[in-house]
Amino acid sequence: MSASASILVIVLMLNFFVLGTSRLRAVINASAGQGFALGVLALLAHPHIDADTVLVGVGAAVIKGFVIPTMLLRAMRDADIRREVEPLIGFVPSLLLCAVGTGAALVFSSTLPLAPEHQGSLLVPASLATVLSGFIVLTTRKKAINQVVGYLVLENGIYIMGLTLLEAMPFLVEVGVLLDLFVAIFVMGIIINQISREFGSLDTARLTALKE
Amino acid sequence: MLLALVFLPILLGGIAFVLPSERHRPWLLPLGGAAHLGLTATAIARRAPPMLSGYLVLDSLGTLVLGFTSVLFFLCFLYAPGYLKQRAERPNRVFVACLLVFVGTTSLILLTHHLGLMWVALEATTLCSAPLLYFNHNARSLEAVWKYLLVGSVGIALALLGSLFLAYSALYARLPPSLLLDDLVRDGPALSRPWLHAAFVLLFVGYGTKMGLAPMHTWKPDAYGEAPGLVGALLAGGLTNCAFLAILRFFRILSAAGEAAFARELMVGVGLFSIAVAGVFMARQRDYKRLLAYSSVEHMGILVLGVGVGGNAVFGSLLHLVNNGLTKGVLFLSVANIHRAFASKTVEGTTGAMRLVPVSGALFLLGFFAITGSPPFGPFVSEFTILSAAVSGGRYVVVGLFLLLLVIVFMGMGATVLAVVQGTPAGIDKARVRSPETFLTVAPAVVFLVLVLGLGLYLPPPLESVIRHAAAFEVTR
Repeated sequence: MSASASILVIVLMLNFFVLGTSRLRAVINASAGQGFALGVLALLAHPHIDADTVLVGVGAAVIKGFVIPTMLLRAMRDADIRREVEPLIGFVPSLLLCAVGTGAALVFSSTLPLAPEHQGSLLVPASLATVLSGFIVLTTRKKAINQVVGYLVLENGIYIMGLTLLEAMPFLVEVGVLLDLFVAIFVMGIIINQISREFGSLDTARLTALKE
Repeated sequence: MLLALVFLPILLGGIAFVLPSERHRPWLLPLGGAAHLGLTATAIARRAPPMLSGYLVLDSLGTLVLGFTSVLFFLCFLYAPGYLKQRAERPNRVFVACLLVFVGTTSLILLTHHLGLMWVALEATTLCSAPLLYFNHNARSLEAVWKYLLVGSVGIALALLGSLFLAYSALYARLPPSLLLDDLVRDGPALSRPWLHAAFVLLFVGYGTKMGLAPMHTWKPDAYGEAPGLVGALLAGGLTNCAFLAILRFFRILSAAGEAAFARELMVGVGLFSIAVAGVFMARQRDYKRLLAYSSVEHMGILVLGVGVGGNAVFGSLLHLVNNGLTKGVLFLSVANIHRAFASKTVEGTTGAMRLVPVSGALFLLGFFAITGSPPFGPFVSEFTILSAAVSGGRYVVVGLFLLLLVIVFMGMGATVLAVVQGTPAGIDKARVRSPETFLTVAPAVVFLVLVLGLGLYLPPPLESVIRHAAAFEVTR
């Protein structure tokens, strides 16, 4: 198995870990590990290292692997929130959902034709499976920080898809992946701060004044 | 010229941010709105040429939506100084700056033909509208912003994935890498079909989230319910239309590939579903600002339904874009005055708006008749155009469902609106309430209503010709 395939398998396993573990700190660290692995993947997947590859690879490894997790861990400490993940559905059902999602991603991506240079690569199924896992985290977890992690996992999935296009359209991939992440997380970080000040908790289950 | 439409408002936003005077700063808004309107009018009249090697193009669809949006901005910004004067307890630095930047990024969405840049502009618009929703700085508006950002970001992320899929469909076909709309339309027949289909579904869901189509509309009631009425009007009449325009751009690529039928069925289904969901949640809705949010879900559904039906309904749909946006201006601005007079936005705390704030109450009632498609207002004409196109296309099931849902919406919305407007203000001492109705907070809504009525009675030939050209975005080979 090639190095990039091993990294993608690790990424997929981290999806399950994010959904299956009960400690919030571990969830954040897992998403950091995933982001860092993807940065390395960008450097490994492209034989000739050029400016675009370095920017996307190193940028992702630093931002996804260190900057954002540090911010989230600090928010967690400052807001003094409970360490446990509070899922809306249990851990076993979430893991089952993730398994079904990964299977569906494999089946669906087999219907999409691949360019010769991507034949036999796991990039497309891994991308779709990671997007789905991120979506599951987003919709089934109550804490704001945990939802941000879900969004990060979803973005990681899109990043994997971006790697297939890094040579053809570096601009779109760079702008899309890095700028979006940085700005969105920055703004969400501010809001998280406001939520903890306003509600004294980062549990979005308390954000229930607005409903039918 | 086109570049100025994007950068002038952003520059003014920067000035607003450094200007120290809380009292004078809001006047930058009408100034910026007037400058934008003037520039837009000049660009349209002179047929401004493309700029930056095809990145910025004023095409017929852009002409229609930009022209309309500019009018909307101008009228809403005329309202702003009067509103901010009454809300002098809240600092307005960030609010004014973000409103102006919002104008710039919105113009960029409408002008750019580069699909990646369009995505960036929509993302920027989402981010700078978050502080607008949070203007009241309370727990409820914070909750609304959180949902708006989270749902909106996921939608935008899916749209990015869709853009990547679209790029891959060109990569697979060994076409020169480009995300310029015109290149993709030219190369449409060569694009890889499976990737193209998946891309359109992702883009439709992603930008549909920004549009607020059901079932991706969940951010909308909260956001519109908690945002100042002025912001509601800009989102419901401005941002959502931009997302619709983005979907139309991708629809154009799909039709160039000969796959329009696939997109059509999706749009008819989602359109009818949105109207139905809105109808269900409007019935017995106690909160009249959330009522307007569901009305927006309904009308976004009508817009995609019209495009899905095809033929002359596309014309009706684009006309409806204008009519709906103008009517939303009437509704949101009048409701904002009612909300301030009663300090409540539920039916329980608000009865007899007609007595306490007579002009706004009357505008709200007339706006209700207009938005539900009663003659002689504009939305009647556009909805009728869509219906008659569906009849002549033989889509009788669609016609039946559409009519039934319109009746349900009329009844549901009517019950709440009449409860707010009629009766006597209970528990409110009229002499002690300082009326929020001043010339500046009433006149823009009146102008919106006059325009809605005017478009119902008479469609000026120049406007009709712009809409005709814009409606021909579909590529037939």
